[in-house]
Amino acid sequence: MTTSQLTPGVVPGRLSPEQYCENFADVAPPLNAHEARVAADRCYFCHDAPCVTACPTSIDIPLFIRQIATGTPDAAAKTILSQNILGGMCARVCPTENLCEGSCVRETAEGKPVEIGLLQRFATDTLMEKGAHPFARAAETGKRVAVVGAGPAGLSAAHRLARKGHSVTLYDARAKQGGLNEYGIASYKAPGRFAQAEVDWLMQIGGITVVQNWALGRAGDGTLEDLLAEYDAVFLGMGLAGVNALRLPGEELATPATEFIAELRQSADLATLPIGRKVVVIGGGMTAVDAAVQSKLLGAETSTIVYRRSQAEMPASAHEQEHAATSGVRIMTYAAPVAIHKVADGLEVEFARTEMTSAGLRKLDDTFRLKADQVFTAIGQALGPLPEGVKTAGGKIAVDGAGRTSVAKVWAGGDCAVGGDDLTVTAVAEGRDAAEDIHQYLMGA
Amino acid sequence: MADLRSEFIGIKSPNPFWLASAPPTDKEYNVRRAFEAGWGGVVWKTLGSEGPPVVNVSGPRYGVIHGADRRVLGINNIELITDRPLEVNLQEIKSVKRDYKDRALIVSLMVPCDEESWKAILKRVEETEADGVELNFGCPHGMAERGMGSAVGQVPEYIEMVTRWVKQHSRMPCIVKLTPNITDIRKPAEAAKRGGADAVSLINTINSITSVNLDEFCPEPMIDGKGTHGGYCGPAVKPIALNMVAEIARSAETAGIPISGIGGVTTWRDAAEFMALGAGNVQVCTAAMTYGFKVVQEMISGLSDYMDQKGFASTAEIVGRAVPKVTDWQYLNLNYVTKAEINQDDCIKCGRCYAACEDTSHQAIAVDEDRVYSVKDDECVACNLCVDVCPVDCITMRKLPMGEVDPRTGRPVSPYANWTTHPNNPMAAPAAE
Repeated sequence: MTTSQLTPGVVPGRLSPEQYCENFADVAPPLNAHEARVAADRCYFCHDAPCVTACPTSIDIPLFIRQIATGTPDAAAKTILSQNILGGMCARVCPTENLCEGSCVRETAEGKPVEIGLLQRFATDTLMEKGAHPFARAAETGKRVAVVGAGPAGLSAAHRLARKGHSVTLYDARAKQGGLNEYGIASYKAPGRFAQAEVDWLMQIGGITVVQNWALGRAGDGTLEDLLAEYDAVFLGMGLAGVNALRLPGEELATPATEFIAELRQSADLATLPIGRKVVVIGGGMTAVDAAVQSKLLGAETSTIVYRRSQAEMPASAHEQEHAATSGVRIMTYAAPVAIHKVADGLEVEFARTEMTSAGLRKLDDTFRLKADQVFTAIGQALGPLPEGVKTAGGKIAVDGAGRTSVAKVWAGGDCAVGGDDLTVTAVAEGRDAAEDIHQYLMGA
Repeated sequence: MADLRSEFIGIKSPNPFWLASAPPTDKEYNVRRAFEAGWGGVVWKTLGSEGPPVVNVSGPRYGVIHGADRRVLGINNIELITDRPLEVNLQEIKSVKRDYKDRALIVSLMVPCDEESWKAILKRVEETEADGVELNFGCPHGMAERGMGSAVGQVPEYIEMVTRWVKQHSRMPCIVKLTPNITDIRKPAEAAKRGGADAVSLINTINSITSVNLDEFCPEPMIDGKGTHGGYCGPAVKPIALNMVAEIARSAETAGIPISGIGGVTTWRDAAEFMALGAGNVQVCTAAMTYGFKVVQEMISGLSDYMDQKGFASTAEIVGRAVPKVTDWQYLNLNYVTKAEINQDDCIKCGRCYAACEDTSHQAIAVDEDRVYSVKDDECVACNLCVDVCPVDCITMRKLPMGEVDPRTGRPVSPYANWTTHPNNPMAAPAAE
């Protein structure tokens, strides 16, 4: 018997092979050369451009767009990559509607910003497709730095440090580098194994030794003390390894959305990935949207995001919410989960309706149940276990402006550290800036 | 719908939009389609003498300057006069004129600088019943090397001589087409007038190299590894053409000579501007070559709407209307003071006005931490650069009323006074007793 979207339970192969291909194709197809030129011509080359201010990595956007417009996309790519070594991925995953494009003066003028994200992708893709790496490594300094976590922050720090001539050892708990780029973000945002291609391209700088399947503090791997004994400096960029718990009866019946997405991202054949007929996602951020949309794309009959506050308060951007809605995901608001029940034909998630009061959000007695075959939780991630002595603030590693932690010779950045939004681009900026500070420190400035 | 009928040196056309002598008017097929599209007149592509026709290159003959989004701002060409046999052209001219009696059909001519050559071709043209001739003293490439085109147009004595022959050997109205590749456009215009020309038309194309191929290190358009200068036209040349038209219109020696305005006319507004500066009609080429013959429809509707708004009964009411306003710098009112004003509601905060003013002008625009740009009246010299570079047209110039103190100079606005009497002018005329 073949399965379809209506097959009960959690089963693989709900769709035809063609449907999988179509559903997981590039969500924002790249610009061709002509489109890029037309899009580039719209840039006004603003003074003290608001888009640059809005970019966490401060890419000189008017300059790179002008370089595209004048037929030098490689120079444009170098402008981008000199500020943001993961400019290729950021072009795909940045919430540009909240950052550069949201502040574009043409958004003010016409409600239609310059397509900065797509132009950035055009430039970086053009360069990377040639396999060219525009940076050269400085002479060996003899200094050695350990970078823990090969996500956006760690990769950014490692590249900058290697470029300065330091020897970098890049540790990661997983088999592949890339962090959330590889295991976290929605598949259709970076199809074609882009995350790995970008890592390979980045490694061309040289001077970076990768250690796979190595977690800080895990028995048999190593401790911060070990690293400090061996290296001149340490950068911590291990992200948020833990997930927040629902703390509800039946929570073991739910799966963290991050696990589902990671499995999806690593799946060689999406047709083998089981998905529920009815999927419920609890949460309201980007991860909730990514899980709900991809459930639908895998063939779930229904996929519902349930968020306890108003839609306007959802951490997912308006653009993401719209993407969810147009993908057929239902968004329910003002409902908080109270329990997950196992019933004869699957699961039921019980929600209490909520209301906003002057004292904050309040659960009402009014409850309802949603049938589900699969329940995903996307209610935030949390820092994993930390080495002793590393101080935290608000659940993250406390750092100063340059990324220095409370422990001498230890820096941190990215989602695991205080400061900025939990975005790829923010992590890249923090990794880069910490690397600059480490360099200053190592060179005795 | 306003009355767009035009009469230029006795030649009537339903509107003042003619196609200039150029590739679009090289043959019957094109000209018939142009007339069907609504063009009021056509100047047939330049004919040469009897005998084997000229030969064109078979590589690219046009170069281009693009603006944003590959908008064509200017084209140059190295095409010569018609490369079709004289007899074929003449037959076609006759055929077209027979069918389009209400349209103007002028024949452009370029033959060697001897009286017999001109006499011979004029006789042939008269037989076509064309409405007039235009003497091509303008083409700056190719034919000039053979002593024709701009080689004639650059020597006022030749212009006068040939014009005289034409008037002597023909009863047809004669327009002399002027080259802009000259220092003072009034001199050739005066020569044409002396020779008896009924009108001048201008400008012909400007000598130019549009671009250089940086791989081959060769000018474009590139013919087998070599390039040559060509004639430049299109919207980019309009300002040069407008000035030359105005120079002729306001010069005492040439005032009143009918002018057919040419040079980058693309819209009804361009046409109206040429006419306001003294052109009786306009000739168009690049706009048609870029967008096709249909562009004339916008010119017709636009000029008509404008005339209705202004209450003009005929196109003649526009002609020359701005000429009295064209003056020499020395007569401009030095006591006229304006200040830039930024409309904050319309400003999109791009900061281009600031960059332009701060880096290249008078540091007269301030910006605060909220990116609000404002004009410093005590620094603003009213240069207009901010107005020019603003992408949303939200900056205007406010005229200071008489008596108001200019914060930049600390002096109140006073009545008209110009350089001729200014105390800083060593040549200033003494104040009247």
